[in-house]
Amino acid sequence: MLELIDICFTRNNKKILDHVNLTFSDNKFYVITGPNGSGKSTLAKIIMGIEKPDSGRILFNGQDITSLDITNRAKLGIGYTFQQPVNFKGIKVLDLLKFAVGLNISKEDALNLLKSVGITSPEYLDREINNSLSGGELKRIEIASVLARKPLLGIFDEPEAGIDLWSFQSLAEIFKEIENNSQAITIVISHQERILKIANQIIILANGKVKKIGPAKEMLEEILND
Amino acid sequence: MEKLDNKILKEIIGDKNVLEEDVYNIRKNGKCVARKDNPNISIVSKENNKGLDIYVKENTLFGIIHIPVIITESGLKDVVENDFHIGKNSNIVILSGCGVHNPLNKESEHDGIHRFYLEEGAKVKYIEKHYAEGKGTGKKILNPTTEIYLEENASLTMDTIQIKGVDYSERKTYAKLKDKSTLTITEKIMTCDDEKAITDFKIDLEGNNASCHVTSRSVATDNSYQEFHSNVVGYNKCYAHVECDAIIKDEGKIRAIPEIYAKNVDANLVHEAAIGKIAKDQLAKLMSLGLTEKEAENAIIEGFLK
Repeated sequence: MLELIDICFTRNNKKILDHVNLTFSDNKFYVITGPNGSGKSTLAKIIMGIEKPDSGRILFNGQDITSLDITNRAKLGIGYTFQQPVNFKGIKVLDLLKFAVGLNISKEDALNLLKSVGITSPEYLDREINNSLSGGELKRIEIASVLARKPLLGIFDEPEAGIDLWSFQSLAEIFKEIENNSQAITIVISHQERILKIANQIIILANGKVKKIGPAKEMLEEILND
Repeated sequence: MEKLDNKILKEIIGDKNVLEEDVYNIRKNGKCVARKDNPNISIVSKENNKGLDIYVKENTLFGIIHIPVIITESGLKDVVENDFHIGKNSNIVILSGCGVHNPLNKESEHDGIHRFYLEEGAKVKYIEKHYAEGKGTGKKILNPTTEIYLEENASLTMDTIQIKGVDYSERKTYAKLKDKSTLTITEKIMTCDDEKAITDFKIDLEGNNASCHVTSRSVATDNSYQEFHSNVVGYNKCYAHVECDAIIKDEGKIRAIPEIYAKNVDANLVHEAAIGKIAKDQLAKLMSLGLTEKEAENAIIEGFLK
């Protein structure tokens, strides 16, 4: 279980997160949605430890992780996909998957991970993680690197952003699969109806506050009519 | 060959045994200690043992030449001049490098001057690695000079690597390119402690459709200092791309001074230079996969210099 208690985050005199309280239960698939600038990505980064809240506490399975750094949160089983996948120089897809599993990974196992995100060609393992890959490919590799860790809590920040329609359709399939099989907490930040439909719970953020939270079935109609 | 020699050779050449190779010349402390050539590639000593002339016959394909240099004498200053004469349409790989072991307190210095004369259509891949070790206070100095002369349709690819341990190096590379010849240089330098590395490229693109691509990747850590100079002149319809990409850490300093000079309206010359510390997002990404900050930094630098 993940608990966010009274999280506040202000930058340049703007309250980006304003006393946010949320609880995420195991085995559930959450989608956080809301207008641009509502604080969704900041919230995701605060859970991973990339940003530190000005005040408030974060509990993961009962442990206070507020002061833990990114590495130690990752070691507890928290995973995060960047909205804009990070480019590297000289680091290849296989290297990234090796880092993700923390030990040597066979090419076959690495390829199986890529297959789970719809990449089937073995030549991708030797590709550098940079702009020679398309936005959709980078996104899938980013997701594969997090799935490889089998996280207890997976946070996916706008997986659909910047990718083409075809890629998006297969991404939606990936998340459907996660929802069906994962025992973990999954949090996806998204605006897409197809992703929202997969959710167990939907959280709407607006102006840094939780505007509404509820089961997807009840929330969907309201969001789509908005 | 002593145990130490083999250790140094391993650093500059890799795991293979040079003495089992087809063509080689090993120079140790200023003298040739082992040599082998073949009917297509001959190695001839210059007068006064000041270097080698290496002749590759026309149309020689898949030749590999090893010319490592080992310095284990503290206080030795070794200057060597090697000239490579590569015949028409040959295709050759040359592995060179200098390993210095200086355990004492006097300066050791190796100044290698390599000149490449490529005839029409010849192709060379030249790989050079520099390595130095030793706990004494004696400075380890390497000043490699490379001159490259490419005739029509010739091409040369040069990879140079200098990873830590060299206190001072001043690397000079000069190239003159004729019609349709191509030059590709990749340079990787990492300095630490108080090391200084200066690198200087001067390339004259004289021929029609001559082209060059220079990539320099460097990392300066601790209190080390690096300087990158490049000067590419286009005299004709030609193409050049020079890229200097550097990471600085701690008190490391890097200075890049690029110059491109187009003397012909059809010359297309590009220079890119970027110096900065490791991007925060790169660290955050690898840490989110469970690496510590230090491990993430090392992985990023290792990838960058790979």
